[in-house]
Amino acid sequence: MNQTDSASQSDPVPPGLIQAGAASVVAGTPVVAFQNVSIAFDGPSVLQDISFSVAPGETRILLGPAGVGKSVLLKLVNGLLRPDEGSILLFGDEISKMPEEQLFPLRTRTGMVFQEGALFDSLTVRDNVAYQLIQEQIPDSEIDRRVHEALTFVELDETFSLYPVSLSGGMRRRVAIARALIRQPELILYDSPTGGLDPVTSTTIIELVMKERDVYRTPSIFVTHRLQDAFTLCTHRFDPGQGSMVPLPKGHADPNTTFLMLEEGRLIFDGSIHNLVNSDNKFVREFLQ
Amino acid sequence: MHERLPSNRRVRVNTRTPANQMAIPTIDRTAKRVVLTVQDYSLFAHRAVMNLFRPPRYGSEFLIQADIIGVGSAFIVLLSGFFTGGVLALQSAATLSEFGANGLTGRFVGLTMIRELGPVLTGVMVAGRNASSMASELGSMVVTEQIDAMRALGVDPMRKLVTPRLFACISMLFFLTILADAFGILGGGFVTVVMNHQDGFQYFSTAWESLRYPDIVQGLVKPLFSGFIIASIGCFFGMRTSGGTQGVGRATIQAVVFSSVAIIIADFLLTQVLLSLLARS
Repeated sequence: MNQTDSASQSDPVPPGLIQAGAASVVAGTPVVAFQNVSIAFDGPSVLQDISFSVAPGETRILLGPAGVGKSVLLKLVNGLLRPDEGSILLFGDEISKMPEEQLFPLRTRTGMVFQEGALFDSLTVRDNVAYQLIQEQIPDSEIDRRVHEALTFVELDETFSLYPVSLSGGMRRRVAIARALIRQPELILYDSPTGGLDPVTSTTIIELVMKERDVYRTPSIFVTHRLQDAFTLCTHRFDPGQGSMVPLPKGHADPNTTFLMLEEGRLIFDGSIHNLVNSDNKFVREFLQ
Repeated sequence: MHERLPSNRRVRVNTRTPANQMAIPTIDRTAKRVVLTVQDYSLFAHRAVMNLFRPPRYGSEFLIQADIIGVGSAFIVLLSGFFTGGVLALQSAATLSEFGANGLTGRFVGLTMIRELGPVLTGVMVAGRNASSMASELGSMVVTEQIDAMRALGVDPMRKLVTPRLFACISMLFFLTILADAFGILGGGFVTVVMNHQDGFQYFSTAWESLRYPDIVQGLVKPLFSGFIIASIGCFFGMRTSGGTQGVGRATIQAVVFSSVAIIIADFLLTQVLLSLLARS
């Protein structure tokens, strides 16, 4: 029950779901690799014996019910939390015991979108999005240009001078995405970016995540407990011509978008969408229903 | 079931044992928590200080905090200093007149303000205003994941938020204490002249003549420690906030209470040390 239902030991591909014709995952050093990672906070383990990896160009959708440790796992990826056991490789560097000082340069290579956006409420949208660039003392004209570019990407250029308090929940998430993308990170971590949003706004956010995945091919980990978002991400692609997402042909799925599922701190599934929908695992089946 | 107990003696044994068993682990846990908190605080304060000697340094943050702490607290420090000096003059004049020593009011007010009340009062006032604001501001940032966001963006919150507050608080408390001392002596002078109808020249000249360098050194060393206590405790409780908005409130209370008490304890210890080091001729 608690063993990972991995793609390598998966069921045969069902006739209804075929891998799409897009480029498959690029071979090479994993961007992220977890090996037997466990963590606890003053009590029973939150995550136990977690092992998985993220390949270059790959999007991993992390599913699981609320409170199962998805956000904790995401914070382990860029060293915001440290594991009690196991090792975590980020861009090939072992970070589980790395001093905080050495982690900062590594973190600048990643982008993270927090659950509620986590925008700095005392700064304008411009200063929030440009936060890293301001620290790097890049000239103001260059900062303004890149902020406009990032805000245009999330279709919020008009919010340039506003403060986060005057934005809606969905707009804050989109600004947070712009902030995460401005330095063109090598890995993006999305922590439930659609949580608590209405379906229309959620679709807008999913479209942005898809745009980043399909236009820039940035590897990412996308945490969610909403199956609809996960499946939309897997069964659609971003069409730059139309400027919106379009469904893949019926029965096709993005080959670079795969799934992980957590149950009570354990990774119980690691594989593609067709493995997921055909999994025999009782918890997976219940979750999908 | 109670009827089957053979005697009261057995009942007493049964009730004592669990109580002992419960008390010892509770004491053990509390002691460990206190030791751990002190250890965490020491490491936190050490890191905040050492950051000053390593880049990057955030000069603009220092200036912003210096403005908030120094300029923002000036009015309350000035008012509390003035009226404390006034009260000292009122109280001392009543007592000194019994010995025919009214002329020593200036000396009494000046020495008390500069050596003791100026530094302590300023420390407590600034603790109430700024330790609370630091704890609540940083605490809110922690619970809304802004601190994590800052770390994720590759910026060290200790360098960006804590170190500038620490050094701004230390330097501003030094000047605020001078302000409190000056307005305390002025307040005493006001009461002496306007309410007690005594000679103002005598008040100010005795206040001036009785001052020695050790008094000034003593009065200006204390705010350096108070400033350190206020900012380090305020930021410490802010940065370890947990439990949502309720946690922010708890962190704010802890910051004010612990910093105020620590200022008074530090004042006592410093007075002991400085009195022995700085002999007054």
